[in-house]
Amino acid sequence: MVFALSPHTAAAPNVVASAVPDLDAWDVYRAMLRVRRFEELAGQHYAQGRIGGFLHLAIGEEAVCVGASSVLQPHDHLMTHYRDHGWALVRGMDAGRCMAELFGKATGVSGGRGGSMHFADAGKRMWGGYAIVGGHLTLATGLAWAAKVQEPGTIACVVFGEGASNIGEFHEAANLAATWGLPILFLCENNGFGMGTRSERAAAVPDVARRAAAYGMPAWQVDGMDVRDVAAGMREAVAFVRNGEGPAILEAHTYRFRGHSMADPELYRDKAEVEVMKERDPVARIGAELRAIDSARVDEITAEVEREMQAAVEFAESSPFPDVSTLEDGIVARADGINPSTRSSR
Amino acid sequence: MSAVLAPSGTTTVREAIRDTLRGEMQRDSRVVLLGEDIGAYGGSFAVTRGLVEEFGTERVRDTPIAESAIVGAAVGAAMGGLRPVAELMTTNFALVAIDQIVNHAAKLRHMFGDQFGAPVVIRMVNGWGQLAATHSQSFDAWFAHVPGLHVVAPSTPADAAGLLRTAMRGEDPVIFIEHSRQYAQKGETPESDHLVPFGKARLVREGRDVTLVAYSFTVPMAEAAADRLAKDGIDAEVLDLRSLRPLDREALVRSVSKTHRVVCVEESWRSFGVGAEVSATLQELAFDELDAPVQRVAAREVPMPYSKPLEAACLPAVDDVVAAVRSQL
Repeated sequence: MVFALSPHTAAAPNVVASAVPDLDAWDVYRAMLRVRRFEELAGQHYAQGRIGGFLHLAIGEEAVCVGASSVLQPHDHLMTHYRDHGWALVRGMDAGRCMAELFGKATGVSGGRGGSMHFADAGKRMWGGYAIVGGHLTLATGLAWAAKVQEPGTIACVVFGEGASNIGEFHEAANLAATWGLPILFLCENNGFGMGTRSERAAAVPDVARRAAAYGMPAWQVDGMDVRDVAAGMREAVAFVRNGEGPAILEAHTYRFRGHSMADPELYRDKAEVEVMKERDPVARIGAELRAIDSARVDEITAEVEREMQAAVEFAESSPFPDVSTLEDGIVARADGINPSTRSSR
Repeated sequence: MSAVLAPSGTTTVREAIRDTLRGEMQRDSRVVLLGEDIGAYGGSFAVTRGLVEEFGTERVRDTPIAESAIVGAAVGAAMGGLRPVAELMTTNFALVAIDQIVNHAAKLRHMFGDQFGAPVVIRMVNGWGQLAATHSQSFDAWFAHVPGLHVVAPSTPADAAGLLRTAMRGEDPVIFIEHSRQYAQKGETPESDHLVPFGKARLVREGRDVTLVAYSFTVPMAEAAADRLAKDGIDAEVLDLRSLRPLDREALVRSVSKTHRVVCVEESWRSFGVGAEVSATLQELAFDELDAPVQRVAAREVPMPYSKPLEAACLPAVDDVVAAVRSQL
């Protein structure tokens, strides 16, 4: 079910569409399963002490990144919050190098400097996961500005949690984007909790989409547990933004089945609530649907994904740690600031 | 407009910065400016006056009063291929953009494994003038504390142009510190394509008896103190740091090896400041060369008051520099 909120209105949302007949269910199933298995294995290796620091799993939220990426173009800029594993994988980043980053290895996507919260691949225009809540929202307006100036038709998509909508940078970014007419989609993964605080306790207006009216932006609300609904909403929202009509908000209501991070004892919610939500598991739902059509093919995909993810773990385990002699590499390009290519350029 | 204020062969700091911005905008179409009232208004300190007429509102962007968005958008635009120069009306307002400067601009290159950087210049203005507690501060040492940033603070038109040009053509975020009281200061007209490397201090004046270490607006103060001391037969060397990060430690050691005495002059609070870093550097690297403890001349440690005599009492002055030198001899 996709709801659209018109600019300049806070009225009840209207149902507009949700059919996406050309979305290949097999493709999205494989994509979601890859994210799911990557994260399950990451969780296991975290528990065994091979992965340190923070590990924020998006298990249960896979439909959002997969549905969204079915609409975004490779030339579009993408920037996310710290729950970024799925976004990296759907962007085409290598599972082995992503896993190696979690293991802190030199072969990791960020050279072992970033860890779970900082996956990036500049070549794929995945500009990274960011760990200061809301801090990346203004950065993304800059990407959209650069796109507007240099590459009309390219948009920026910035992913954030509903918790980030309560920090000042959300307002500064939304206002700047709307004032400057920037091609940016604010994609809110609303999983209902800012860490352990239910969004109703932290936001006067918990529906982030409704805030769009304050900036004269249109907004879409989708069922983030349903990959088709996400894709349908994305098509409308991205078309609006790509058309040069300014920024938009898309809010996907979703749910994480695991804690905020691996350290979360989950005292703030009922286990029964989680079990109820698991009945809407986006991966299991589409898996069951496909199994009714061709069970053998589901098994085949499952086995392929398992092989890929086990190989990713083996790659991560067998990769070397970064050499300590490289510790101070890559802090600045050059200490004296002189860019050799521009020294005598006039 | 640049030739109007200064006599032939000289230029003001304001003109030097404006001319450099203009030259780089002509040279590289990726260069864009953004900040509060830098366009139609002409800039709070008139640095960008005339540029919007020349380059248009797409390249000279007035922003909302929202510093986090200004710096964040500049950094993101740099990632996306533009070469932004952000103006923060005063350094004080940088504090509401500190997340973008410290957590983002300074971190991107290393945190993502050297895949990309943030080639962005963040101009900010120190200064005072009965502006009270929240509009009279400088945080040079705060920024210089952070790996991933370059921090420069010129004292002459030539260095303003040369350092700004290096910053605008570089690959990393640069905190470019200006001073409201130096904009009208004149000096030799900068060479048109000169790059001043970061991390190289400038020997302003040679001397044998004591080294006065200064930067930004305290350089003319140190020079005035040196003139005064010369009348008493004290030969002071003046070293302009120009760059706080990286800091030219070699130049400090070289100078103290000659003079054996050092007074560091800065406009911000004394504790944990630039003078503290200079002092620590010298006791680490040139302990045996020191004939006297390194002296710090700095601001009094109070929130800046409005009232004129109180404000004057807070700020370091030539008398304080002279007194600090005499205490060493």
